[in-house]
Amino acid sequence: MLPDAGSEDEEKWLAEGIAGLQHNAFYMHRALDSNNLRDALKYSAQMLSELRTSRLSPHKYYELYMRAFDELRKLEMFFKEETKRGCSVIDLYELVQHAGNILPRLYLLCTVGSVCIKSKETPAKEILKDLVEMCRGVQHPVRGLFLRSYLSQISRDKLPDIGSEYEGDGDSFIDAVEFVLQNFTEMNKLWVRMQHQGPVREKEKRDKERSELRDLVGKNLHVLSQIDGVDLDIYKDTVLPRVLEQVVNCKDELAQHYLMDCIIQVFPDEYHLQTLETLLSACPQLQPTVDIMTVLSQLMDRLSNYATSSTEILPEFLQVEAFAKLSNAIGKVIDSQPEMPIVGAITLYVSLLKFTLRVHPDRLDYVDQVLGACVKKLSGKPKIEDNKATKQIVALLSAPVEKYNDIDTALKLSNYPRIMDHLDNATKKIMAVVIIQSIMKNNTYISTADKVEALFELIKGLIKDMDEIQDEELDEEDFKEEQNSVARLIHMLYNDDPEEMLEIIQTVRKHILLGGPKRLAFTVPPLIFSALKLVRRLQAHEGDEVGEDVSTTPKKIFQILNQIIEALSTVPSSELSLRLYLQCAEAANDCELEPVAYEFFTQAFILYEEEVADSKAQVTAIHLIIGTLQRMTVFGVENRDTLTHKATGYSAKLLKKPDQCRAIYACSHLFWVENQDGIKDGERVLLCLKRAIRIANAAQQMANVTRGSSGPVTLFVEILNKYLYFFEKGNPQITSSAIQGLIELIMNEMQSDNSPSDPSADSFFSSTMRYIQFQKQKGGAIGEKYEPIKV
Amino acid sequence: MNYLIGAFKSPCNIKITFSDSKTRKQVSIKKENGQTTMVPLFQSQETIAGEVSIEPFHGKKVEHIGVKVELLGQIELYFDRGNFYDFTSLVRELDVPGEIYERKAYPFEFSTVEMPYESYNGVNVRLRYILKVTISRNYVSNIVEYQEFCVRNYSAPPTINNSIKMEVGIEDCLHIEFEYNKSKYHLKDVIIGKIYFLLVRIKIKNMELEIRRRESTGSGPNTYVETETLAKFELMDGAPVRGESIPIRLFLSPYELTPTYRNINNKYSVKYYLNLVLVDEEDRRYFKQQEITVFRLLE
Repeated sequence: MLPDAGSEDEEKWLAEGIAGLQHNAFYMHRALDSNNLRDALKYSAQMLSELRTSRLSPHKYYELYMRAFDELRKLEMFFKEETKRGCSVIDLYELVQHAGNILPRLYLLCTVGSVCIKSKETPAKEILKDLVEMCRGVQHPVRGLFLRSYLSQISRDKLPDIGSEYEGDGDSFIDAVEFVLQNFTEMNKLWVRMQHQGPVREKEKRDKERSELRDLVGKNLHVLSQIDGVDLDIYKDTVLPRVLEQVVNCKDELAQHYLMDCIIQVFPDEYHLQTLETLLSACPQLQPTVDIMTVLSQLMDRLSNYATSSTEILPEFLQVEAFAKLSNAIGKVIDSQPEMPIVGAITLYVSLLKFTLRVHPDRLDYVDQVLGACVKKLSGKPKIEDNKATKQIVALLSAPVEKYNDIDTALKLSNYPRIMDHLDNATKKIMAVVIIQSIMKNNTYISTADKVEALFELIKGLIKDMDEIQDEELDEEDFKEEQNSVARLIHMLYNDDPEEMLEIIQTVRKHILLGGPKRLAFTVPPLIFSALKLVRRLQAHEGDEVGEDVSTTPKKIFQILNQIIEALSTVPSSELSLRLYLQCAEAANDCELEPVAYEFFTQAFILYEEEVADSKAQVTAIHLIIGTLQRMTVFGVENRDTLTHKATGYSAKLLKKPDQCRAIYACSHLFWVENQDGIKDGERVLLCLKRAIRIANAAQQMANVTRGSSGPVTLFVEILNKYLYFFEKGNPQITSSAIQGLIELIMNEMQSDNSPSDPSADSFFSSTMRYIQFQKQKGGAIGEKYEPIKV
Repeated sequence: MNYLIGAFKSPCNIKITFSDSKTRKQVSIKKENGQTTMVPLFQSQETIAGEVSIEPFHGKKVEHIGVKVELLGQIELYFDRGNFYDFTSLVRELDVPGEIYERKAYPFEFSTVEMPYESYNGVNVRLRYILKVTISRNYVSNIVEYQEFCVRNYSAPPTINNSIKMEVGIEDCLHIEFEYNKSKYHLKDVIIGKIYFLLVRIKIKNMELEIRRRESTGSGPNTYVETETLAKFELMDGAPVRGESIPIRLFLSPYELTPTYRNINNKYSVKYYLNLVLVDEEDRRYFKQQEITVFRLLE
């Protein structure tokens, strides 16, 4: 059957039903108006017969029911008046039972029953008991549910509750409770039965229909919760056990889930807290397919909200050992349902964890206990591949981090890393990133080596390659992102105490050295700088710590650094290593550790020689070397000579002439250091510069030969600038005539025909010239100095 | 025309009145022509007294060879319609032969009349009590007038009245246990009971309780059995599951029952049965019939 055709038919049936109902309602009204009881009963029964249909879906049936309901209100009014006119309500109660069809009969009976209770001629309890019992006659699920829902509706305001006008004379709220419980039980049975009727292939449709009806059943629980007489004791001894009995025994997934949820929602938190054991003990008895985790999460959510609502409540939680019970129950649920997917178990633990974090934020042991339980569950299982489960584990692991905003706390949880072990690599990384982000966000400094150790255990997914084959599609950018975050993290590992800090550095080193070639480039630099920072701190406090037996000395750190960089250089990541060596050398320089600095330089040079093959890289490297070397003050003459010699040597051996030239003129600075006791070897400066000019010339000629045009004059202008620099600094070897010569040389070159005009070179030169002009006009010592130079 | 009619018309008006007609309870009975009429109600051992008044039409006289009133208890079997079997026949002579010129009243009395059977109007049989006044005449037909009255006999509640309890079923299909609180019910009684479903493997659509009347008339080869369903009372709507128990509460008052009659004068019996019927979705009917005894309780 096509669904369209079906719904069309249904519309038709509904319309027919409504028409029939209205038709009979019309005659019923006429009978009511003329006070004709017999006809009123006849037509109302006929009217109600429309509700006997089996053709409507619950949704449509409801529409019909509501119309009947409205009509029954009028009938009820009539009955009430009828009793005032002297018709005995008891007779009326019998009279309506003469109807041959059960459904109309019971609707009428309920309606009269309502009048009967109101009249107080018969105790409410007896009427209610009778009605709820008689309604058993309707076993058809939908019709039964609506009938009982009608019963529930008309009786709601007539329950013999405490303080109600119907209380007393042996009627007590217990009867009210009993009545509602029974109606609830029967309704639930009917509701569950719907599931088993009709063909299997319509299961989905049935599920939907059942969901539409669930509130009819749940309403009873709501009524129960509204009965004033239901105090904690009654709830504990009667209501809850009975309701749970029904929930468990109905063995229906949908019902169990919905009703557990209902129980949790409608009754006060206080009751839940005090009956936690009972409530929880039902959980393992539910069907394995029941989404117990949502139920329990709801409960825990509510409880934790309750706990946080007032401080006075918290002791209660301790008193009833809420945590232990919940934890116990969850364990049982998981044990009792071996079929439960792992994701379910983990979700439960997540909820429990959240509960713990909210209710007992101070009980780290609880948190660890939860995690431990989860570990136990996961142990012996293969790594989780289920996406949802993974997500839940991430949630589980993120919860404490978020709660405490302090990774420190999480690091104290011994089971934390054990859970991470169960994640797949990708997720491990995600988790690691989460942790790192938390640290960054909260600016948490990790201050002991132990914690660092733990932390690295947690984020090891980022630190080293996992044993399995790495997935090829690993995105380069993601990888960079991850490693950058690790790099940032390294800066958060800090302790004021140098010794501890050294420990931290050692620990970090241990871990990052396992990282493999790709990671070292990211992780080594921050570590180096972190260590260098420590060195500088030691340096600053050197005075204070004299006499103490300090194991943390710059020297020692440098040793470590050396090893680290060495590891990096073998990766190979020679350029980076070289830079780091130079950084270290500079730091050693500041610590006045000549041998150390020398060693670093040596290493740098070795790297340069052996590893830096690319000409561009060489240029960069040599400039770095020169720059660093220039700033070194710690070296004795001999060492310095060796190193400068090396540097100039390498400079001259660069591949391209312009590079050579530039390196050489840069080397000139090695012989002229502008500080108090820096060397000022003017002669060698000049030598360098002259050599630079020579090379520039050679470059020019080479250009002539190869391209037929001489190269730009940029090199010469650059050299001219160097001349001017040293000239100004007072290098006696640099004379104004030499400068003059150079200027002319440049001008010649520029005028020669075969030199291509290069606007940048031109402007460079002209601004240099302007500078000279400017200096000349300045007057004073400088002006005098420049005086001889003609432009 | 008028003359003609007048010639065959009874020349007088006969009226039979009961002496306690003002106070006596009247009940409605169905006459042969389908109309209902109210007649006085008696029970066995009562004295039936009254007066017969004969009033000749104006200016006429009634010649007769005797006037009598009879109390007859009659059974009429419809296969032999018109032939009344009198199981009771009492006569009172009211007048010796003579002539009646004007209204004349004759009191009569049948004291403590034995009327063991109740008036009954069935499908194939009827039992009635009449007072029959006959003015016997020579050469012309007798003038006859009837007055029917109703007899009902009451019984005390039975001393033993066991419940009916029974387990029935179809193997591996349906097992039920039902219980009716009594086996003997009075006419305004309520049947209380329940049906307990022990096993349900068929798809039941509904369940009803029928009250059936079984009237058997005649004897031997001429036995006629007529079964009427007087009540169809739905007990359950939908399919129950195992363990379900369904209440029964059936008020008998709305139905026109009579007491159970067993072998009335060897002519007929009227018995009542409760028939529990389960209907499945294919409209197959599964039923179990149980006889109940109905009696008239003294009100």
